[in-house]
Amino acid sequence: MTQATTYETVVGLEVHVELHTKSKIFCGCSTSFGAPPNTNTCPICLGHPGVLPVLNRQAVEYAMKAAMALNCEIADVSKFDRKNYFYPDSPKAYQISQYDQPIGEHGWIDIEVEGQTKRIGITRLHLEEDAGKLTHVDGGYASLVDLNRVGTPLIEIVSEPDIRTPEEAKAYLEKLKAIMQYCDVSDVKMEEGSLRCDANISLRPWGQEQFGTRAELKNMNSFRGVQRGLEYEQWRQAEVLDRGEAVVQETRRWDEAQGKTISMRGKEEAHDYRYFPDPDLVRIHIDEEWKSAVRADIPELPDARQRRYMDELGLSAYDAGVITSTKAISDFFEESLSYTKDAKAVANWIMGDLLGYLNASGLELDAAKITGQGLGEMVELQAKGTISSKIAKTVFKAMLESGKRPQQIVEEQGLVQISDEGAIGAIVDEVIAANPQSVDDYKAGKDKAIGFLVGQVMKASRGKANPAMVNKLLQERLRG
Amino acid sequence: MSITIKDVEHVANLARLELSEEEKEQFTGQLNAILNYAEKLGELDTSGVEPTTHVLPITNVMREDEPRPSTGVDKAMRNAPDEDEGQFRVPAVLE
Repeated sequence: MTQATTYETVVGLEVHVELHTKSKIFCGCSTSFGAPPNTNTCPICLGHPGVLPVLNRQAVEYAMKAAMALNCEIADVSKFDRKNYFYPDSPKAYQISQYDQPIGEHGWIDIEVEGQTKRIGITRLHLEEDAGKLTHVDGGYASLVDLNRVGTPLIEIVSEPDIRTPEEAKAYLEKLKAIMQYCDVSDVKMEEGSLRCDANISLRPWGQEQFGTRAELKNMNSFRGVQRGLEYEQWRQAEVLDRGEAVVQETRRWDEAQGKTISMRGKEEAHDYRYFPDPDLVRIHIDEEWKSAVRADIPELPDARQRRYMDELGLSAYDAGVITSTKAISDFFEESLSYTKDAKAVANWIMGDLLGYLNASGLELDAAKITGQGLGEMVELQAKGTISSKIAKTVFKAMLESGKRPQQIVEEQGLVQISDEGAIGAIVDEVIAANPQSVDDYKAGKDKAIGFLVGQVMKASRGKANPAMVNKLLQERLRG
Repeated sequence: MSITIKDVEHVANLARLELSEEEKEQFTGQLNAILNYAEKLGELDTSGVEPTTHVLPITNVMREDEPRPSTGVDKAMRNAPDEDEGQFRVPAVLE
């Protein structure tokens, strides 16, 4: 996939995020995930005639909050429109969405790719209702419709065509996800469908201002999928252009298993949604007072946290970036700091042992048993010399698995560091007596031999001897 | 504004309506008559008048985010022409 050098890739993303309100956007049905089919339905979300949708205030405020966090201008007046289409996932045959007066417009977020910061524009953020779920019966003779999800509030976030590579697309999604987590407006779990992404991608020769013909990609179910789908499509379009042919404007489905995009023919006809204002829903006027109240509720966002970790806690840009990339890790870090002042030590444990463990096990932080408090306390035990760095590794591992407090683990497993000069001295004497060869080597100038002796003392103390003291006593004895 | 048979066919297709040739002719005429009638509004000077989507001066009608019981799957299925274990069953649709 090297043709990317001949052409410049242009990508814009449309991201749908489910807002985690307790009830649906236009009726009181529960939005809980995983309920038996059609149990969370009522005449309003089933689209029965004569019903009246009433807007959920929380959904509007979450949308405002998200729009503000994405640096959007918030509309003074907003309204809902009907987007008409026929598909069994939509029982009303229209989706209530927003056409020309979205909640937010003209926003941006900064992403970082290969050490470079880049600003990606957000065209708009609007509020709409989700559709139902279809499952296709084996044999393809029928489809089953579950309307539980109909009416779950969604925000659609449309980016400017500012993204130039699949990596930038992934970075944009990760940043967007982090911001939604920090704002606490959504669970943003791609595997549960609470974050979904479609992409528009086109290629143009370098230097050409006009965009090439784009394809719309659907069905990318993970961030990795988005990146791979875009990589494939970038390659495919370059092949088409290299053959002197034209890219067809169409919708294509990413097939994860086959690793390629497939044309969804027939989807193109009659994209005529005949939007018109929804007569059942009145306008929303958003005054300054309301905006201020929602704005006051926005917590510190990832970029601000990253800067604070760098400026006040002395972390590197990279470490601060990784730790703030998910709210869970960042909150864990902050919790640790309530129990120790050594931010760098905590950061090192997170960057190394914790993230290593999560990556290797494929777990999210909330599935691991260790707590921020536990890590903070352990760092303190180490600082006080109660445990050595070697024992700390053992304690850390035990905390991951049991979630116990570090003191408890240390006591239960007898891991307290031995710093008693007499006790260590006795072991040192035994080791010296048992290893005359190494002693001679050391005395003959082979400095490395002392490493072996230290190792023997550590082994004899089952890792509990204070290494600094072992070194000191060994050198005293050998010199003397 | 003038509606052609093509427009009628397009709209009918969007609405999944199957019309006979005779009906297409009939609706083309009727729709043109309706639109011509509505055209009269174009004679008014509406510059400076806000577009109206509702006749009542009401805004911000909202409810609090409180779940209430749903009507349940049995009632939901009562209007289903065909169902399968609590799900609506429709002719196969594949994107």
